[in-house]
Amino acid sequence: MEGELASMGQFIGAGFAAIGSGLAAIGVGNVAGNFLAGALRNPSAAGGQTATLFIGLAFAEALGIFAFLVALLLMFAV
Amino acid sequence: MATEPTAAAAGACVNDAGGAIGMPQLCVEWMPNQIFWLVVALAVIYFVLSRIALPRIGSVLAERKGTITNDLTAAEELKAKAVEAEKAYQDALARARAEAARIVAEARADIQKDLAVATAKADAEIAAKAAESEGRIAEIRAGALEAVTEVAKDTAKELVAALGGKADARSVTAAVTARLKG
Amino acid sequence: MRARNVAEEAHSEGGLVFHPMDQFIVKPLFGDGPVEWYTPTNVTLWLGLAVLCTVALFVLGTRGRAIIPTRVQSIAELAYGFIYKMVEDIAGPEGARYFPKIFTLFVFIIMTNYLALIPMSFSPTSHIAATAVLGFGVFIAVTALGFIKNGTHFLGLFWMSEAPLVLRPIIAIIEVISYFVRPVSHSIRLAGNIMAGHTVIKVFAAFAGIAALSPVSVLAIVAIYGLEVLVAFIQAYVFTILTCVYLRDALHPGH
Repeated sequence: MEGELASMGQFIGAGFAAIGSGLAAIGVGNVAGNFLAGALRNPSAAGGQTATLFIGLAFAEALGIFAFLVALLLMFAV
Repeated sequence: MATEPTAAAAGACVNDAGGAIGMPQLCVEWMPNQIFWLVVALAVIYFVLSRIALPRIGSVLAERKGTITNDLTAAEELKAKAVEAEKAYQDALARARAEAARIVAEARADIQKDLAVATAKADAEIAAKAAESEGRIAEIRAGALEAVTEVAKDTAKELVAALGGKADARSVTAAVTARLKG
Repeated sequence: MRARNVAEEAHSEGGLVFHPMDQFIVKPLFGDGPVEWYTPTNVTLWLGLAVLCTVALFVLGTRGRAIIPTRVQSIAELAYGFIYKMVEDIAGPEGARYFPKIFTLFVFIIMTNYLALIPMSFSPTSHIAATAVLGFGVFIAVTALGFIKNGTHFLGLFWMSEAPLVLRPIIAIIEVISYFVRPVSHSIRLAGNIMAGHTVIKVFAAFAGIAALSPVSVLAIVAIYGLEVLVAFIQAYVFTILTCVYLRDALHPGH
């Protein structure tokens, strides 16, 4: 009984942690969308900024991956 | 995947059924193996790339760049030559055109001269003919006047004779002449 | 212990069974003895295949040294030009000295990522152990390089001379923390992305056991697989570009 309660806690925690991945998706969308808006205003400058775009995407996404990792740890490793 | 029980390695990270216990990523007893083989693989890739592949690709790219530059220079030269050839052609064309114009002018002058000579000759001939004709006409006219006087005298004599008079030649002639003049 | 119970329960149930983590198990290629550090395992197999593919693409493919490249040679040249330009643009002309090392990282990651997309394969880059070696290797190398090239001037990276004097210590603390988080995020980003994609594919594959859901499951697997093809490239690209950024910080800490 006690173990089942703990498992339940684990799964609920994992579910909450998974929300973080979704929030990271918002961040990634923000980065890409703003880049696109800027690129459409000044297409000639867009080519040189793709590296910056990808760095920004990577930083935003890394935090989502951390949340996902917490979810996985709760599911399988705790 | 690896669910067959016999294939599983014995250890703390795999259960009896061959399934993973927890996250395989966090299994400490597999890590030395992974790190060792990773380092080996990286070393091999680095060796192969830095010793063989990258110098080769770099030299190929440099060579291609050189070839392209050379070809561009050659093309530039050919273009200059083509421009030169076109200029020579244009010059030759202009010269030929000038020559042709000169020949045409010469020919025209020749023809003009011949024409003038011929015209003058023809004019002279025509003038001579006209003078001769005028002379003849004048002769004929004179002839005709004489004949008219003669006829008139004769007619007048005859008329006088016919009317029973005796025609005095001198008076008739004088009368006729007076009449012709009047 | 609780996790063990959960995992075992999942295995013992019939019908809808999830084994999303079983694909990451390291096992010996020959026999089922313990995994020592020298044992040839499936890690060895797939890393070896990555090495073979690298040799095939970059050594056999460019064998002709043709001025007009063959298809394979033009792929190799494209990769070379792509990474060379990236290193030169970000790390500057001095960074071009480290191009072979950075190119090795890129080629290794992209080869293992793409080989891991073959069904039933093993993905070495999904393991924290492997990517941590890469990430911390880059971190240690770049930090050492920064101190060798710039001496104590390298610490100027943390001391923002443009910021107001009051804020500088606070900014310095934040900068130091973010500097030491770099290798962690650098390695977890790669491992986490690859692991997440493969796990999601496995979870959808488990739904294929239910007849009514199987068409949806297959479609979802195809879609996620397409995404994973993209992610495999982007993660290699991002890992390489971040390495270039760290290298630039080490070479020119002042700016």
